[in-house]
Amino acid sequence: MIADAGKAAAVLFVAVIVQVSILSNVDILHGRPKLILVTVVAVALLRGAVFGAVAGFGAGFLADTGTFGMLGFTSLLLTLAGYWAGRYGETTGRDRAHAPVLSVAVVAALYQFSALILHFMLGQPAPAREVLLIGLAPTVLLNVLLTFPVYALVQRLLPPHGWAERAREVRLLG
Amino acid sequence: MGVLLLLSLVLITISFRQPTTGALHGVQGAGATVLRPFEVGAERLARPFQDVYGYFRGLVHAKRENKQLRSDLDRARQQLIQFESAYRDNLKFRDLLKYIDGPRFPSDYSPVPARIISRPESEFDQQVVISAGSNNGIAQDTPVVTQDGLVGRVTNLNGSAARVTLITDDESAVQAMDQRTGAIGLVRVGQGQGQLILDRVGKDANVLVGDVIVTAGTRSKQYPSLFPRGIQIGQVISVGQTDTAPYKAIQIQSYVNFGSLDSVIALVTKKHVPVAP
Repeated sequence: MIADAGKAAAVLFVAVIVQVSILSNVDILHGRPKLILVTVVAVALLRGAVFGAVAGFGAGFLADTGTFGMLGFTSLLLTLAGYWAGRYGETTGRDRAHAPVLSVAVVAALYQFSALILHFMLGQPAPAREVLLIGLAPTVLLNVLLTFPVYALVQRLLPPHGWAERAREVRLLG
Repeated sequence: MGVLLLLSLVLITISFRQPTTGALHGVQGAGATVLRPFEVGAERLARPFQDVYGYFRGLVHAKRENKQLRSDLDRARQQLIQFESAYRDNLKFRDLLKYIDGPRFPSDYSPVPARIISRPESEFDQQVVISAGSNNGIAQDTPVVTQDGLVGRVTNLNGSAARVTLITDDESAVQAMDQRTGAIGLVRVGQGQGQLILDRVGKDANVLVGDVIVTAGTRSKQYPSLFPRGIQIGQVISVGQTDTAPYKAIQIQSYVNFGSLDSVIALVTKKHVPVAP
């Protein structure tokens, strides 16, 4: 468990650094890569809801720190994303090859929508047309493409537990 | 999960209330300082790739921008041509208006402005077609002028257009007079193509170079002139005479530049218009 946490922390740290310093400027046909989100979803799918929520919170906190953003903003969204992806992995997503792709697609869309609402509620600029009409589909598609290498890498670092063990884990949490 | 969400909300609240001050800001600053070397390292590592990406992205952007700018340039050129054309038209129409409102405009006549819609096909053809016809009150033999002087007369027409035979046509003849001396003559085409002469002026007439030649107008009620009196035709540029010729040889330079004729004024009247012989 501690080894898993260390590996997850390392991979999320790298993801945050790459996202903040490199990918934040990338815009491909109005689509923006969200490496942290994809990594959190991958970690959550492989290690469960609580692990995913903690990973999301930590990664979000780190990202907000690195960008001097509003602390807690990204944490809140990634915590929810990690928890939801983890729950999906623990229950419906078992044995399904498309689970990472589906999770990232749904989470990316919900993340964009939630971020927009949160920005609006905080009185910050919330360009709904740009985010939802122009940028949503390319962003989802781009992050789905990003899922394949990221999930493969995270899966190598955090190999999935046996299903029996995961089921026990769910029972313990319940 | 609930604790993490609550913590996130607390962080958001504090950050929202104290965006640039407070303990949390200090923590954030310290965290950013710790992260900075990693960010710089990652950025340096990725810079060559970013440069390549940026180059191709810039190339695509430049291509799109170039296409857009070319389109804008074409549109601007077309607009410029339209504006220049409108500006020239505006100047011409101002001159026409000045002429119509001025004292030189013949009384008892109404102006019908018209545009030249067809020009002579060759140098032998001294006729133009104007964009006004019988619907505008124009009739056979209606005089046509510009602010510079006499142009010709209508020789054929329909409802919306009329053919004007210029005074430089071989078959054209205008009864004219020297404005200074009152010497009467006939303006028609001389030996050179398009060159006007004042013919039938007696040797005793004291016509000089520089004299202004104008239409003579109606001389008798029985045979009224086709043109109203006093319309400028041109200026005398040479005067000569020989012992054998019965008349003076007077050359005239027309005030109208027939080569750049663009718009004209047809002089419409309700008076009886004589039929040309």
